[in-house]
Amino acid sequence: MLLIHCPWCGPRDESEFGYGGEADIARPPDPDALSDAEWADYVFMRTNTKGRFKEQWVHIHGCGRWFTLVRDTVTHEHGEAGVFGGVEPEADG
Amino acid sequence: MQRYSIFSLARNALTGHRNWPQAWRSPAPKPEYDVVIVGGGGHGLATAYYLAAEHGIANVAVLEKGWLGGGNTGRNTTIIRSNYLWDESAAIYEKSLRLYEGLSRELNFNIMLSQRGVLNLAHNEHDLKEMARRVRAIRGNGIDSEILTPAEIKKLVPAINVSKDMRYPILGASLQRRGGVARHDAVAWGFARGADDRGVDIIQNCEVTGIDRKGGRVTGVRTTLGPIKAGKVGVVVAGHASVLADMAGFRLPIDSHPLQAMVSEPIKPVLDCVVMSNAVHVYVSQSDKGELVIGAGIDSFNSYAQRGSWQIIEGQMGALVELFPVFSRLRLMRSWGGIVDTCPDASPILSKTPVEGLYFNCGWGTGGFKATPGSGWAFAHTIARDEPHPLNAPFSLDRFATGALIDEHGAAAVAH
Ligand SMILES: Cc1cc2nc3c(=O)[nH]c(=O)nc-3n(C[C@H](O)[C@H](O)[C@H](O)COP(=O)(O)OP(=O)(O)OC[C@H]3O[C@@H](n4cnc5c(N)ncnc54)[C@H](O)[C@@H]3O)c2cc1C
Ligand SMILES: [Zn+2]
Repeated sequence: MLLIHCPWCGPRDESEFGYGGEADIARPPDPDALSDAEWADYVFMRTNTKGRFKEQWVHIHGCGRWFTLVRDTVTHEHGEAGVFGGVEPEADG
Repeated sequence: MQRYSIFSLARNALTGHRNWPQAWRSPAPKPEYDVVIVGGGGHGLATAYYLAAEHGIANVAVLEKGWLGGGNTGRNTTIIRSNYLWDESAAIYEKSLRLYEGLSRELNFNIMLSQRGVLNLAHNEHDLKEMARRVRAIRGNGIDSEILTPAEIKKLVPAINVSKDMRYPILGASLQRRGGVARHDAVAWGFARGADDRGVDIIQNCEVTGIDRKGGRVTGVRTTLGPIKAGKVGVVVAGHASVLADMAGFRLPIDSHPLQAMVSEPIKPVLDCVVMSNAVHVYVSQSDKGELVIGAGIDSFNSYAQRGSWQIIEGQMGALVELFPVFSRLRLMRSWGGIVDTCPDASPILSKTPVEGLYFNCGWGTGGFKATPGSGWAFAHTIARDEPHPLNAPFSLDRFATGALIDEHGAAAVAH
C-alpha cells in the first residue's frame, strides 16, 4: 500500500484515493481538425513510463480533490503532490 | 533432441538420471538473424517455435532479459478457457485451446493440461441475463458452454456456499467443461525445447536496450550482449511493451499494472474445477500439490514493480471465504506479482507497427496464458508473411484509429 500525501489532508493510505492515470493529457482545442490517427493518439495512446511518471490521483474518501504526483513506477518513490490550476493548499485550521 | 518416453525414462533411471541432455542449448548470439524475438515468455517462445515448425524460418533468436518464463508466464494462475463473447475473440482463444489440447503430444513435453472445467458464477439478476446471452453467443461460435443452477453448482463443487443468506448469493453459473489449467513453466519449456530442436537460438540474460532502424525499417536490436542485426523483429514483452515501443519511437494504448496471485498451504483435494466470480471478484483452483491458487484484480496504479498492494489481497480473501467458508482457516503461503499490459478494450494487440519489419504482440493483460499457443501461432504467421492471419487481423493497432474495438471487459473482468 502506498502512503500518499494529499496536498490538503497530508499523508493517507492509498486505499483512500482513486487513481486518475497519466497526467497532462490535454483535450485538443479543435477536435474537428484532427485526423483519426491524431484523435486515437489523444484518446488511447499512453506514455506508460517506466521510471518517473506524472499521474493524477483523487482523494475520493477524503477531501474529494484532485492532484498530481510524480512517482517512480519501479520504486514507488514520490515527492510533493502538485495541484491543478495553481490552487494552493490552505493552511491547517 | 532426446525424445521423452517411458523408454527414455527407464533408460535414464538405470543411470540415476545423471545423463539427461540439456533441454535446449544456450548459444552465444550470432551477429545476425532473419528474425529476432524479444521476450522469452510463453508467447515469444511459441512464436519462435511456430516460425520454425510452420514457416520453415529457423534462423531465429529469442532474447530474454531474465530467465525463460520468469515474467507473467511463470507468475500466472494458469486458467485456460475460450468462453469469450465476440466472434473475433472466440476464434483466437478457441484456436489456442485446440492447440493446447494437442500440445503435450506435439511438443513431446507434458504440459499437464487438466480440462477440469471453469465455472463463472452469477450473483444477481443482471449477471444471470448477461450470462444467458453470453452462453448463447459462445455456443453460436461452436464452443462448449452451459448454464448450471445453484443445486447443480453445489453438486459439482460441494465445498461452495450456495445459501441464500450470503451477501451476494450464487444464483447460477456458466460452465466451460473444456476449460481448465496447465503447468505454466512446462508451456514455456516445451516450446523452448521444440524451438531449439528446430534450430532457434534461445539466449537468456540478454536485455534489449534499443531498436535500430533505417529509413523506417527495422535493422536490428541493441542488447546487453552487443548489437544483433535482424531482418525482422517481433516484440513480445507483456508489461514492458510500452518501453520497447518507446525504443522504436511510437506509443501504445497500454498501461502496465501489477497483478497478484497467491497460494494457500497445501490441503487434501477439495476443489476439482476452477471457480471464478466477477461480481465478488476472486477466482480459485487447487493445484496438484494441494495448494489453493487464488487471484483477482489489478492494482489501480501504473507500475513496473512486480509487487502489489495489501488491500487487494484482503479484498479477494473476503470474497473467497464468503464463497467457501471452509477456507477461512487456511494460511497463505506465498503471494507475488506480475506486470500486466492492459489495453482499453481488454483485447490484445498482434500487429504490424509504424516501423517496417517490426511487429508487436502485447496487451494480453490479465488473461493471456490461455492464449499462448494461439498467439504464437498467429504471430508467427504475421511475421513470416508480413501480414496478419485472419485470426489476428482484427487485433491490429489501427483498430484504435478506426474505432473497431473488441470490447471484452465482460469476459476479462476478473483477472484470470
Ligand atoms: C498474477 C497473474 C495471474 C494471471 N492469471 C492468468 C490466468 O489464470 N489465465 C490466463 O490466461 N492469463 C493469466 N495471466 C496473464 C498471463 O500471465 C499473461 O498474459 C501471459 O503469460 C503473457 O505471456 P508473455 O509471454 O506475453 O509475457 P511474459 O511471460 O511476461 O514474457 C515477457 C518476457 O519479456 C521479457 N522482457 C521484457 N523486457 C525485455 C527486454 N527489454 N529485453 C529482453 N526481454 C525482455 C521479460 O523478462 C519476460 O520474460 C496472469 C498474469 C498474472 C501476472
Ligand atoms: Zn485530501
